[in-house]
Amino acid sequence: MTNALLTGANASTDVPLKRRLRRAERTRQVKALALVLPLLLFLLFTFAGPIAGMLWRSVEDWEVRQVLPQTVAALANWDGKDLPDENAYAALASDIMAARAAGTIAIAAKRLNYALNGFRTILTSTGRNLKAVPEPGTAKETLGKINPAWRERATWTTIKDASGPITGFYLLAALDLTRNADGAIVAAPPDQAIYRDIFLRTFLISLGVTALCLILGFPVAYLLATLPPGRSNLLMIFVLLPFWTSLLVRTCAWIVLLQSKGVVNDSLLWLGIIDAPLRLIYNRFGVCVAMTHVLLPFMILPLYSSMKAISPAYMRAAASLGAPPLTAFLRIYLPQTLPGIGAGSLLVFILALGYYITPALVGGAADQMISYFIALYTTETANWGLASALGAVLLLATVLLALVYGKLVQGQQVTGGMKN
Amino acid sequence: MSDNSSIRTPSQRIAWTATIVVSTLVFIFLIAPILAIMPLSFSSSSYLTYPLPGLSLRWYDDFVNSPRWMNSLKNSMIIGVASTLLSMVLGTLAALGLAQWKSRFKPLVLAFVLSPVVVPGVITAVGLYFFFAPIGLTGSYLGLILAHTALATPFVVITVGATLQSFDTNLARAAASLGASPLQAFRRVILPLILPGLASGALFAFATSFDEVVIVLFMAGPEQRTLPREMFSGIRENISPTITAAAVILTTVSVVLLATLEALRRRNERLKGSGS
Repeated sequence: MTNALLTGANASTDVPLKRRLRRAERTRQVKALALVLPLLLFLLFTFAGPIAGMLWRSVEDWEVRQVLPQTVAALANWDGKDLPDENAYAALASDIMAARAAGTIAIAAKRLNYALNGFRTILTSTGRNLKAVPEPGTAKETLGKINPAWRERATWTTIKDASGPITGFYLLAALDLTRNADGAIVAAPPDQAIYRDIFLRTFLISLGVTALCLILGFPVAYLLATLPPGRSNLLMIFVLLPFWTSLLVRTCAWIVLLQSKGVVNDSLLWLGIIDAPLRLIYNRFGVCVAMTHVLLPFMILPLYSSMKAISPAYMRAAASLGAPPLTAFLRIYLPQTLPGIGAGSLLVFILALGYYITPALVGGAADQMISYFIALYTTETANWGLASALGAVLLLATVLLALVYGKLVQGQQVTGGMKN
Repeated sequence: MSDNSSIRTPSQRIAWTATIVVSTLVFIFLIAPILAIMPLSFSSSSYLTYPLPGLSLRWYDDFVNSPRWMNSLKNSMIIGVASTLLSMVLGTLAALGLAQWKSRFKPLVLAFVLSPVVVPGVITAVGLYFFFAPIGLTGSYLGLILAHTALATPFVVITVGATLQSFDTNLARAAASLGASPLQAFRRVILPLILPGLASGALFAFATSFDEVVIVLFMAGPEQRTLPREMFSGIRENISPTITAAAVILTTVSVVLLATLEALRRRNERLKGSGS
């Protein structure tokens, strides 16, 4: 070590210095990373882990595997073309006896019923009527007698499809698809095919709210960016106060305003404009109004910051070169606000896609967005696989849009679209 | 300064007038609902309609004397303050680290750190519900504090990070060259300068937790219900004027937070203007 330093000092003094600097820099980098690490670990536990867990649940298939293990094993080599052999029937009979003793039939019945309506009855009635493990060689006949469904191939393919450990069943269901008895992907039966409509509804409401925010937000952002700073700061309070007011307060305010005996209807009646109260809430209109109110600041703020960056000199130059005001606006001003329009619209759209509270409180049954169904299947019906699959689709849409948003605001300040 | 000076033609004047008219209507749309709900909380009647038959403080009385509402206010404060403190520690450390860290993975790490803001509330809530239930963190203060910290920390990273961007690192080097240990340099030089940024971060963090309701809906037991959660139930069942009193209390908190933030911003600008 000393030797190296000495020769270094004699020969070329800059090499060890470079090395020392590099080492110092490396230490600095390691220290910097060490400062970020606690947050990364924390988010792994409180955010990334839980979301990964949810994604896993959207493909996990454990119920049938756990409750009917012998059946799953016996069906492993079944080609699905004809009815399974006696072995599978015997395994099923033995599984059902064991599951009845353990009280776990309902778990498998619930899972199988998602795939084939009526399976719950098949399994529970078999569980109730199977008195003992059938004599060797008679399982097929016994089960078929208890419930003729065991003589149908579809019953068995349903079990085989559900034997896990992973399944595409929930993800397919979230897109109104299912597998038929031959394993081909086909459209789900109409009574279960409701999710495309809900995704479409979510998309349309979000799109409508984004458009409303853009139409209402553009003039306001323009005014704020054009006025002298003193006055625009004062007017900014009108944007920031609602922004900081609790979502619940704002939603509550709209209910008070729009309900049938609310302020708006009372005023309209008093003014003689209408004869009977209008239905303004618990429908699509109420949802759009309340969501636009909540999300409008997210449009105004990025628009404002992009407009603020446009030098008035451009417009003056356009005017001095003979462009009429409208032409100057359309060809000089508007193109420069496009990044702001894109950032604001994407942000509002992303936030709108995941909305839950506002539609839940001011919407009717036909106005609930995808988040409502995710919550419903999680806490009410406990169909966690489907809830997770719907969540996975929503998450995918959000992440893709957020990536586009990230590209768009790259170079602009990170805080551009966030609070303040 | 103003663009008004460039308005010359009649058509421009019309366009400008239209902008003012439309903006005024939008300002009314933004602010009127919040203003309309306030007087109703002072009404002596239990109907939420104008004109008010008389003034009274009975609904505030109702709020203060209801164990349910007061408990929810207490819960909001406990969870808000605790998650603010935790997110301040984690967020400030991370912002300091990210300011110094040079790597091509930095944008990726930053995106990950900020992602809790973008991911829909229901997805985070469902994930946490599945993840925290088996380890006994649902129906507990700790679970809610941890969840709210995850949501609030991005705002701390953003605000503190923005402050650090305008921070002159030569000052830290000067402190080190004058013999200050890294800790001393942080405490005596860096901290006083980034304090306004830290305060804004804390306000954002508190506001995030104080306003959050989706995660509370999924994870809170009856004991941990917060003020927004209680309002959610209240709005669902029937809107009593007590809710408008709660709304006024919540709005007052928001106004105080916003005013503090604005004061911090002004102070910061003044310092920048008169300083270096």
